[in-house]
Amino acid sequence: MGVGIEVSNLNAWYGSNHTLQDINLNIPANHATALIGPSGCGKSTFVRCINRMHETNPIARVSGTVRIGELDIYHDATPVEIRRRVGMVFQRPNPFPTMSIYDNVAAGLKLNGYSNRRALDDVVERSLKDSALWDEVKDDLKKKSGASLSGGQQQRLCIARALAVDPEVLLMDEPASALDPVSTSKIEDLIFELKTQYTIVIVTHNMQQAARVAEKTGFFLNGRMVEFDSTHKIFTNPSDKRTEDYITGRFG
Amino acid sequence: MSTGNSDWRFRWRTATDRLATGLAVLATAVVVAPLVAIFIYLVYKGARSLNVAFFTQLPKPPGEVGGGMANAMLGSAILLALASVIGVPIGIGGGIFLAEFGRGTKLANAIRFTADVLNGVPSIVMGVAVYALIIKPKIPWLPFTGHFSAFSGGVALGIMMIPTVCRTTEEMLLMVPHSIREAALGLGAPNWKSVLSITVRTASPGIITGCMLAFARVAGETAPLIFTAFGNAFWSTNLQRPIAALPLQIYIYALSPYDDWRRQAWAGSLVLIVLIVLAVSLVRYVASRGVLKGAS
Repeated sequence: MGVGIEVSNLNAWYGSNHTLQDINLNIPANHATALIGPSGCGKSTFVRCINRMHETNPIARVSGTVRIGELDIYHDATPVEIRRRVGMVFQRPNPFPTMSIYDNVAAGLKLNGYSNRRALDDVVERSLKDSALWDEVKDDLKKKSGASLSGGQQQRLCIARALAVDPEVLLMDEPASALDPVSTSKIEDLIFELKTQYTIVIVTHNMQQAARVAEKTGFFLNGRMVEFDSTHKIFTNPSDKRTEDYITGRFG
Repeated sequence: MSTGNSDWRFRWRTATDRLATGLAVLATAVVVAPLVAIFIYLVYKGARSLNVAFFTQLPKPPGEVGGGMANAMLGSAILLALASVIGVPIGIGGGIFLAEFGRGTKLANAIRFTADVLNGVPSIVMGVAVYALIIKPKIPWLPFTGHFSAFSGGVALGIMMIPTVCRTTEEMLLMVPHSIREAALGLGAPNWKSVLSITVRTASPGIITGCMLAFARVAGETAPLIFTAFGNAFWSTNLQRPIAALPLQIYIYALSPYDDWRRQAWAGSLVLIVLIVLAVSLVRYVASRGVLKGAS
């Protein structure tokens, strides 16, 4: 089951570059939340702060609190523990090229020392079904490399890989921006299915996509969160002039 | 735009394209030609002396016709196995440190510099160095010291393998895309585990190539063995004793005044090259059996 995310006074830096400034928001459990904004506005940095990937860059710094459920992730847990609870799907599909489809999905569990074959088989099948890839790959699970799939299939494989460790939150950083329209619509259908079980945060440049999949939308600009509200309100009657300018295409 | 103009441009593009392709083919031919020439010459000079005895018998005393290099082939196999056991793990370990754990640190820069210098050390110097370190000092309680031995030859060759293996491993690991590392970390893998089970695994085809390069290079080395493995006219598998090796045997036979020995030196060279090609192909075959359809 998904859990809510509570962010207060979050600041992030790359070197001397203050990429996120005083972000406060509550992301509801078991909903899809979209983050929109022009390139470089900090939305990717924001999701990378939720699973502590931001700090893998040696010049990066963070302050503030992020609570996932009850857990204060910057004070009460290690990055490794957090990342097991918060799955991430990246902009470009990044399956492990030397691993089979099966091993790609099982990778998270195997990396965490899990090796029961029967249980792994079950998890792999369930994850691939959840990511709507099972029917396309079930005959080649151990024969084909993850890199042999098409771009859209690779991205669904990456979603399956993230789901296999049974996270509570799924972060998606522009998951469909490298895909064609058909693959994109499959990913969007998938987000619809998945949000019943997980809390989803999706970064997107595509405003129609945000409008289609998300209940809540946040608009970022220049490292600040300008507005956070129901998707319907953001796209029909935004309170802030800058949000209105952005969604009507006046800049960005 | 006039047709005549675009026609002229098209022909120009076709011509430059052919020229570039031609130059590339020429360069390939120049690269491959010496190898082919050497191989043909070796077959021409050495094939006549190849017979069953060459692969099964010990060398005959000086001046006698016949005999073979069986002990040298076995010796080379033992020396190379020993060298690989020493050179491959240390080289790969060092490469992993350079690319992953020590990146940007002073220690890593020092190791990288040392490896590059070591790579440039002449092989005869490596032989002398191992001689001074292992063979010259006679320490009663320390095995392998004080006398020529197969062990010291393996050490000399192993040290020569380290820089090549180390630097190729580093280069190959650095070529693994950042997104693959992020994917592993994003699954909740601790850094060391993500490096060992994902990054190294992704880079493994290149790392294996690096090991094979180093192996092939030291397989033909003579100089480091002169002061260490020393050579042996008899069967020996004892790491404490001097041992024969193909390059050493070729060196001795080629400089000898006996026609039969010189013919056998050619045959030995041919066998050495063929064995290296076989060993490298075998490793590549074994490594490629695990590769999946569509893996990049």
